[in-house]
Amino acid sequence: MTVRAAHVLVHLVFVLAMPPLLVGVIARTKALLAGRRGPPLLQPYHDLAKLLRKGMVRSRTTTWVFVAGPAVGLVTTLLAALLVPLGGHRAPISFEGDFVLFAYALGLGRFFTIAAALDTGSAFEGMGAAREATFSALAEPSLFFGLLVLGRASGSASLSGMLGPAVGAAWGTAGAALASVVVSWFVVLLAENSRIPFDDPATHLELTMIHEVLVLDHSGPLLGLVHYGAAMKLFVFGALVLAVAAPLGGLDPWLAWALFAAASLGLAAAVGVVEGVMARLRLPKVPSLLVAACVLAAFGPLFLVR
Amino acid sequence: MSALTLTLAAVGLVALGGALALALHRAPRLGTAIAVGASVLGGALGSVASMRVLRDGGVDVLAVSGRTLGGGVVVGVDPLSAFFLLPLFSLGALCAVYGHGYLGARAAPAGGLSLLLAAMALVLLARHALLFLVAWEAMTLLAYLLVTLDHGDGEVRRAGWGYLLASRVAVTALVALFLVLGSRAGGALDFASLALAWRGPGPSGGTALALALLGFGVKAGVVGLHPWLPEAHAAAPSHVSALLSGVLITSGIYGLLRTALWVSPGPWFGVLLMALGVAGALLGIALALSQRDLKRVLAYSSVENVGVLLLALGLGFWARSRGDSPLAAMAFAGGLLHLWNHAVMKTLLFLGVGSVARGAGTRDLERLGGLLRRMPWTGAAVLVGAVALSALPPLNGFVGEWVLYCALAQVGRHGAAKPAVAAAAGAAALALVGGLAALCFVRLVGVALLGSPRSAGAGSAREAPAAMAAPTALLAALCVLGAAGAPALLSAEASVILQLGGSTEEVSSVIQQTTPLVWANVVLLVAGLLAVSLLGWCARGAREDETWGCGYAAPTARMQYTASSFAGLAAALVLPRWARSGPPSEPADPLARALYRPLLIAWEARSARLRFLQQGNVHVYILYVFAAAVGALTWAAVRDGAAP
Repeated sequence: MTVRAAHVLVHLVFVLAMPPLLVGVIARTKALLAGRRGPPLLQPYHDLAKLLRKGMVRSRTTTWVFVAGPAVGLVTTLLAALLVPLGGHRAPISFEGDFVLFAYALGLGRFFTIAAALDTGSAFEGMGAAREATFSALAEPSLFFGLLVLGRASGSASLSGMLGPAVGAAWGTAGAALASVVVSWFVVLLAENSRIPFDDPATHLELTMIHEVLVLDHSGPLLGLVHYGAAMKLFVFGALVLAVAAPLGGLDPWLAWALFAAASLGLAAAVGVVEGVMARLRLPKVPSLLVAACVLAAFGPLFLVR
Repeated sequence: MSALTLTLAAVGLVALGGALALALHRAPRLGTAIAVGASVLGGALGSVASMRVLRDGGVDVLAVSGRTLGGGVVVGVDPLSAFFLLPLFSLGALCAVYGHGYLGARAAPAGGLSLLLAAMALVLLARHALLFLVAWEAMTLLAYLLVTLDHGDGEVRRAGWGYLLASRVAVTALVALFLVLGSRAGGALDFASLALAWRGPGPSGGTALALALLGFGVKAGVVGLHPWLPEAHAAAPSHVSALLSGVLITSGIYGLLRTALWVSPGPWFGVLLMALGVAGALLGIALALSQRDLKRVLAYSSVENVGVLLLALGLGFWARSRGDSPLAAMAFAGGLLHLWNHAVMKTLLFLGVGSVARGAGTRDLERLGGLLRRMPWTGAAVLVGAVALSALPPLNGFVGEWVLYCALAQVGRHGAAKPAVAAAAGAAALALVGGLAALCFVRLVGVALLGSPRSAGAGSAREAPAAMAAPTALLAALCVLGAAGAPALLSAEASVILQLGGSTEEVSSVIQQTTPLVWANVVLLVAGLLAVSLLGWCARGAREDETWGCGYAAPTARMQYTASSFAGLAAALVLPRWARSGPPSEPADPLARALYRPLLIAWEARSARLRFLQQGNVHVYILYVFAAAVGALTWAAVRDGAAP
């Protein structure tokens, strides 16, 4: 019982403390590939601390929905983070069918983020909102194809079972299906977290942004929470991909935590490499990539049942 | 007093109120008050009776007399009827109250609404084909009269005409259906004989099921048969739309289920329903997200939700025909739960949107905006309904779809190869529908309620009167309670699931499985509310300024992103070119444009030769009726003579 409580505690520490570090690693990797030294790895923590201390300005048109955007976004991502198993350990919250809650809780956060953007009445933010809503809707089928593949491979209906020790065994029997899920989910990770090639988080032109433009009018602590929530979402999707790509179930539990931390940093570096070597796609090409990811994921069940 | 007597008393009370209101059209205040009062009282009485039937199970049938209406006056109530009666009575009462605020003291529409409620209840209570068809026709025609209440508007007349045309096709199919059903029962048309006759072995009921799907599918807005629905539901006054979209379309589902209780369908029927369901959900939401008219958005979302419903029920029938009773119980549980939830959510949104349209003076999304500030209660209720209809947690719309996902995942885990792949595809399609629904409803909320007003009307909107705001707020509360009380709702449905196929243990295992989800939902709700209030408290002193506009100093409301642009990207991706909006002179629905309109034009040209039959002279029509009666009698006499 105490061991379980300790693992839950470690899970919480990872979820709350690690996300900004991933953002730092991505930025650093990208800078190194571009031949620069880049910001310190811990820079995102300093940025968050600074934003939380600052005052805020809000638009005259806004209502309570504007504040609800970052609040609901953070709460739902936190719930998703408590549902997803880390390093092969059982997640703090786990029940049959929790994978649907995982996907739909993130959907609720997106709903309010978009509503908050539309609350400002800005054309830029409306444009970003439309893109975010469209692309995330297109990414949804890939996620569910993958989840059903894992459900069949593991015989379980909860995320902790699907992404638990059974995955390691499944690589032997259903490697092709799992490989297609990993590739497809990595694309979903890039899309859902607005990374290159879908969106450039470092861009400075409102017309071309997706996620950054959604939160143009959020400032101070609100902006800090938005950034924190976005980093946590990246962490959650990273954990999802890693659970399939690098299954750690069955290892020594404490070793698994260490390996999970290393794998997360490695995944962040991989995202950084993608950002370093690729340009962002032209907007009309984005849906094609998402549909390709979905088709790839759709092969999963076919590989599995043969 | 038996539950049937209580239900009949409720129906009688509502009908009496309606008739009195029509009789008192010279005293509209009194008439309206009587009709609304009768609907509320009868609604409460009927709800209690329905809940009793659902709790106790069992079947209660009453035949009034042997020979009236060809022996057709047989009424009864069982859990399946009660399941549909409960939303009818409770939501009907709320709609009646809202209608009083919406239309003011107008006796005719208030009485018509009460009579419509009574007719709908009679459809569910009828236990003889003749009574069923009479009630069905009464329901259809009363609904037509209410849809065309604003008949000064050409568009409303056209919508009413389309509805009437579709319902003619439907009722023809239903008459044929009962003839086919009755042919195996030796011509008997009461439901007990039908059930008995179809129980034994014999030819499969393929024809009957196809006819039922056609006849009831039109009413339910099954994809392909749906083009009349968005027109009619948009044209009607809002509380009537709410009743049509929330409750009346479920009478089609009731008919399908009732038929399937007699004719045990083979696996093909389940597969067909699932295919229609996925197609309807995708097409419905794809069309909903690009509508400019608030009420058409909601009407197309009904097509989507009927699709989701058919997916669940189809899965249930498929599982039942293969003897997989636990899966059938789960799929039926999900479908039935979604049906109730959809009734509440759709009624809420139609009422809320009606208040919004009344306040701003338009239903056009491009002329709305900023209404959450001006109508805080109604706006918040619409926001709740939008989240619920997007099937997002922690509200009721999520729970039903969650059960459906669990059923699909179960097939995906343990099913044979082909069903497992199909289930994965079904779950992925449902996920896409969910994503698009979120887009559709965040657009509705974002454009209509948030931002700044895009027209003078929207700028001067005021909160709706209490008679309109109170039912809306109550329904929003039901959306929250429906999620937290999902296990209670499922156990209320248990007797219906038992009737459809499933055992008590299977139902209670579904309920057990739902419990952790309910807790997670409650935690999410509380945490979300706390976070919003806490952050709102922190942000209370924030300085206010213009929205960021790249330094542009004089922003106007017209610079906001429009509803059309918001949906444009997604619509271009999910709708084929021919299905996007056509010229304004043609029907807005792509299927109506591509299929039904050419078909009707060709039909009209062909049938011009029969126009001489239409004399416009009552005597001639009486002659037709007489000739038809003589013909039928002669045929009967000849037949009896041939086979004594």
